Amino acid sequence: MPLNPDLAIFRAVVSTIVPEAAALDEQGWHDLHQVVEALLRDRPESLMRQIRMFLGAIQWLPVVRYGRPFTRLHPTARTRVLAHLENDRIQKVRVGFWGLRTIVLAGYYGRPQAAQAIGYAASARGWEALP
Amino acid sequence: MKRVSYDIVIVGSGAGGGTVAQELSPLCRQGWRIAVLEKGPRLRDDEFTGRELEMAGALYEDGGGFLTADGTMTIAFGCAYGGSTVVYTGTSMLPPERVIRRWDVPGLTHADLDCRARKFMAENNAHLVEDGLINENNKLFVEGCRKLNYDVQQFPVNIKGCRGSSLCNLGCPNQAKQGTDRVQLPRAEQNGVEVVTRCQVLTVGEKTLAARVAAKPAGGKGDPSPWEPGDYQIDAKIVVLSAGAVNTPALLLRSGMGRSLPRLGYGFTSHPAFIIVGEHARPITNFVGHPKSYYVDQFAESDHFVLETCMYFPFITAKSMVGFGESHSAFMRAFPRLQMILVLACDEADEYNRVAIDKAGRPVVEYRFQHDAIRGLIRGAIASAKILFAAGAVRVHMPVARDTTIEAGDAARLEEIAAAAEFRPGKTPVSAAHPQGGCGMGSGPANSVTDSYGRVHGLPWLFVADASLFPNSLEINPYVTIMALADRVAQRIREEVPALL
Repeated sequence: MPLNPDLAIFRAVVSTIVPEAAALDEQGWHDLHQVVEALLRDRPESLMRQIRMFLGAIQWLPVVRYGRPFTRLHPTARTRVLAHLENDRIQKVRVGFWGLRTIVLAGYYGRPQAAQAIGYAASARGWEALP
Repeated sequence: MKRVSYDIVIVGSGAGGGTVAQELSPLCRQGWRIAVLEKGPRLRDDEFTGRELEMAGALYEDGGGFLTADGTMTIAFGCAYGGSTVVYTGTSMLPPERVIRRWDVPGLTHADLDCRARKFMAENNAHLVEDGLINENNKLFVEGCRKLNYDVQQFPVNIKGCRGSSLCNLGCPNQAKQGTDRVQLPRAEQNGVEVVTRCQVLTVGEKTLAARVAAKPAGGKGDPSPWEPGDYQIDAKIVVLSAGAVNTPALLLRSGMGRSLPRLGYGFTSHPAFIIVGEHARPITNFVGHPKSYYVDQFAESDHFVLETCMYFPFITAKSMVGFGESHSAFMRAFPRLQMILVLACDEADEYNRVAIDKAGRPVVEYRFQHDAIRGLIRGAIASAKILFAAGAVRVHMPVARDTTIEAGDAARLEEIAAAAEFRPGKTPVSAAHPQGGCGMGSGPANSVTDSYGRVHGLPWLFVADASLFPNSLEINPYVTIMALADRVAQRIREEVPALL
């Protein structure tokens, strides 16, 4: 897993972006990590560094305002932290959050179990597959 | 380095390259050697699984994640045998007369393009899908438009034996879409054209190309390249570049041609787009049936936007909505009840938006959202929300509203919401699937890169045949126009074969 040192932070971010992820079992997290790993496998190392730096900032910036790191915040406060990044006045920060959010959404919704859970059932058989 | 030689080499196998290959292929019977060099793989029919990330990784440049330089827009384009025609929806539109007139390219008339475009529409089996095969996602769009007196029209689509998988953008698992991978390239190969996949052209020089053939990655999709992996020097008497509006200008820039062609890379447009999602109270047929059957273009000139029906997959849908957390998840959980509309802005060629290259020679798209394009996206979002509510949606996800979830009870406030709308690059999820320009046609190097037959100014052996030829935005789905322009390029080459070869 390319985000290994930051796994706890990553999981806290995932569960804030997709609340249903909090209910994933170990197999579910494993599958999510596999999707993310495949997505990042051929990306340049500079991108990995940026992701790790961004995760580090998410973890430690809340200390200034809340007196504790992201992983120890209540879910409501976590949401506020991420919403602040999404709406930051600096475009690079917004883009950074958007990139992280994209990876998270790919990891969660890229799993066949997630597609099934939301009722998405496209089939190569098309109309013939309709019940 | 291995060395090979051909009479004609075509770089890229999409709408442009596939067309040129087919149209020149009769020359093979006269003994001419023609090769198509394609960077992407050639997949077997049984490898089109419809699985979202798996297919995106196999068929799109950068797995569909190619970003503009500042990271505020995703540009999606194909990278496979057939190029972007493998991953489009097959919507087949004739070039609009007003746009071709506005392009004002000496020697290029609408009548000529229209005639050629109709030839390819027929060749690709473009037709209107019968009513019984149209899903509710599309029917509700029509219903909403008619209630609002919008001029809704049906797309001709180039399908044959469509089963309604809705998976067009992931490569049709039933081989129903009549892209160049199904029509033009097989015909060209039958006539003797060689197609070399996994072959990336690095530079092009005086009648020679440097290329690298990649090995098939472990576990990857597609056949290995017919050539051994390694570096090649390819000599060619005629070179046709059809690598698309991002890669063709980048290839020429990498080859040092920016000095003699000062307009190279400029004039890039892309139809920046986002989706508006409406939730209905009951399930509708959405992920079955052809996803893109109708459009509204009556606002293209006045308000700079076009609306199209669309239906995406779970990850792309999630990514295309603003925000996160419970309100975002609530829309995703309603997937079988979702109706989607794509808003495309009609952007204009300007002096900022362009294709450049980085220090390693990789393409970099410098793109800034123009005022009119932003206004087009906002006005298009409001028009889409009106359509969705008119069609019975109970709530709408509006990516440019301060509060992105709008309930049906607030439908009357849409104009008020528009007044306070905010478009924030980096937050508002914008993507584009129609990259155009960068090697625009015109009268000379001061205002363009090629003439109206795609010949690069000052280089009689070098041609361009893809969407990079567009001197400005086409304002509709582009593949038929690309084919029509590529047909002109092929005609000019055929006419000049004795002199050029």
